[in-house]
Amino acid sequence: MDLHLLKRDSEFAWRIEPQGKMRVPGIVYADESLIHDMDNKVYEQVTNVATLPGIVQASYAMPDAHWGYGFPIGGVAAFDPDAGGVISAGGVGFDISCGVRTLHTGLTRDDIEANKERLADALYQTIPAGVGSVGHIRLEREAMDAMLVGGARWAVEQGFGDREDLERVEEHGCMQGAEPEAVSDHAKKRQRDEMGTLGSGNHYLEVQHVAEVYDPQAGAAFNVKPGDAVISIHCGSRGLGHQLGTEYLKRMTMAAGEYGIELPDRELACVPIHSPVGQSYLGAMRAAINCALANRQIITHLARQTFAHVIPQAHLTLLYDVSHNTCKLEEHVVDGKQMRLFVHRKGATRAFGPNHLDLPPAFRDVGQPVLIGGSMGTGSYILAGTAQGEGLSFSSSCHGAGRAMSRHQAKRRWQGRALVDELTASGILIRSRSMRGVAEEAPGAYKDVNAVVGVAHDAGLSRKVARLEPLACVKG
Amino acid sequence: MMCEEHGHNDSMTQGRWEHFSHEADMGLRGFGSSCDQAFEQTAIAMMAVITDPDIVVAEQEVDISCEAPDYELLLIDWLNALIYEMATRRMLFGRFDVHTKNGSLRAKAWGEKVDATKHEPAVEVKGATYTALHVGRDENGTWVAQCVVDV
Repeated sequence: MDLHLLKRDSEFAWRIEPQGKMRVPGIVYADESLIHDMDNKVYEQVTNVATLPGIVQASYAMPDAHWGYGFPIGGVAAFDPDAGGVISAGGVGFDISCGVRTLHTGLTRDDIEANKERLADALYQTIPAGVGSVGHIRLEREAMDAMLVGGARWAVEQGFGDREDLERVEEHGCMQGAEPEAVSDHAKKRQRDEMGTLGSGNHYLEVQHVAEVYDPQAGAAFNVKPGDAVISIHCGSRGLGHQLGTEYLKRMTMAAGEYGIELPDRELACVPIHSPVGQSYLGAMRAAINCALANRQIITHLARQTFAHVIPQAHLTLLYDVSHNTCKLEEHVVDGKQMRLFVHRKGATRAFGPNHLDLPPAFRDVGQPVLIGGSMGTGSYILAGTAQGEGLSFSSSCHGAGRAMSRHQAKRRWQGRALVDELTASGILIRSRSMRGVAEEAPGAYKDVNAVVGVAHDAGLSRKVARLEPLACVKG
Repeated sequence: MMCEEHGHNDSMTQGRWEHFSHEADMGLRGFGSSCDQAFEQTAIAMMAVITDPDIVVAEQEVDISCEAPDYELLLIDWLNALIYEMATRRMLFGRFDVHTKNGSLRAKAWGEKVDATKHEPAVEVKGATYTALHVGRDENGTWVAQCVVDV
C-alpha cells in the first residue's frame, strides 16, 4: 500500500482521511511492514466501504487485511439502520459464518504423540473433507428448516454433543431471527448432504499443542497451559452459505439502484437494512449462521467418536466457537451514545472485552476468546478481547494469517508431496485427498501469523493468551 | 499479472483459457472466436481450478439454461449454474457446448461423478464474483470472458 495515501495516527493505526464520497475515515491497523505489503486494493476497498449509506465511525481493516470482494477481507464496518444504514452480502462473504472452534482434549502433547499416526488416519477416515465429500446424515425439508432455526442447539438435540457445549458458542449456539423461508430451495438442496463436512480450501481440523501461554490469568480462565493438546476446527456454512451469498449478491446488485445507492464497485452491492431485500437477507444469513454452528457441532461429535476409539481417556470439551464472516446487530457506544448497529465482519473476529453480557461467566473477567487460525503447519493463536477494542474497532480483531500469495502462484512454487514430507519430518502429519490442494495452502503462501497477531496485540484489538502449534492436520 | 495459458490458438478456433492471479482466489479468462466459445473456455478454466479437465470423462450430459440482463451477468449466472450442478450432483465437467442469444443461455455440460482418487480435486469453487468481471472483444476481435471465482 502506498504510505503517502495514509496519515499515521499511532504506531499501529493508519488513517485515510475522508475524501470524495467517503462519509467516514478509513482506519487500517498494521505495522509498517504489514502495511507496506498490503495490496493497494485494500486501500481502495476500505475507501469504497466508507462511502456506503449509514456507516458509523470508520471503515476498518484488520492487520491480516487483503483484497476481497467489495469489502476487504479483514474488513469491519457498522451501519445505523435508522440512518439509512445498509447490509451487504459481499460484506459478509460467500462462506457465511465461517469460523473456528477450539476444543480441549484433556490430553497432553505426549498422549497425542504416542498415538499420532493412528489418530490422524482415524480423523481422516471419519471427518468428510474435500470436494464431493458427503456428510453422515441427509437433511430433508423439515429437518433442514429445524436446523436453520436451531443451529448448534438443534445439533445437540439430535444427539451431536452436549448441552454444556452451547454455552461456549457465540449466540449460545443458536442465532435468533433466522428465517428458513428466506433460504432458497437451491441453497437447501446444495446443503442436503453437506452437514458435518469440512469443505476444502483453507478449511481444516487440526490437533495442536499449547506451545506457550503469554497471559496466565486469561490462560487459567480459558483452561490452557503449556503442553495441553487441543483441537481446532475451521469451516463454515458449506454449500448453503455459498449459494445464499451468490443469490443475494445478484439480488442486491439489481436492487441497490432502486434505493439510490451508488455503487463504486458492483461487488459492494447492498440495500437498506430496512428494506424487503435487506430483511430477507438478514433472515437468510442468520439461518446460514445456524447452519455453520450446526456443522461445527456435528464435526465436534465426529471428533469425539474418533478420539473415544483411539485414545479412550480423552474428554473433548469446548473452549469456544467464533465466526468471522458475519453481520450482527450489536450495541456499541459511539461518541458517548449507545447505538444499535449492524456490524459487518468480513474475515474479522468479534472480540468482546471483559464484562460483556454476552460472554459466559468463565470469561467475564478476561474477555472473549478470539481464535486465530494460522496456515497449515505454522502456529495458531488464542487471544482475548480487550476493553479498548470497543472504541478501536467495534470489538473486532483479525481472523487468521491472511494470504500473501495467490493459489496460482503457490501451485507453481510448491509441490504438495514434498511439502507433506517436509512437514512430516518436522513432526506435523498432514492428511489430504489432494496434493495440489496442499501446495495451494503452503505455509509460505500466507502472511506471518506471528506478525499479524503481534499487531492485533500491540494495537489493543485483542491480547495474546496462547500460541498453538500443529501436530496433525486433516485438510479440507 | 501472472498467467498460465492453455488450449489451442490457431486461426480456425481461437478457443483457449488462462488463469490470472487474485490475492486469495483465482481469476478465469476464456477466449474464443465467439462469445459462446469464450464462455465454454471460461468454464474449462473453472474446472481447471478444481482438477485437470482433460481427465474428466464425458459420461453424463447435463442441460443448463439461464437468463440475465447483460453478457457479464450471464457469464456469472452460467458459472454459478455449473457450480450448483457440480455441488448437488457431486460431478465434475470436462466439456461444454454453449449457445447464447439475447441475454439467454442454453448449454450442455458433460462430465462424471467426482472420484477423489482419480481427480484429486484441489479445491471447491464457492461462487463466481463480479471482481475483474468482463465480457467483450479485444482489439483483434477475439471474444474474452473473465471473472474471479471465490474458492
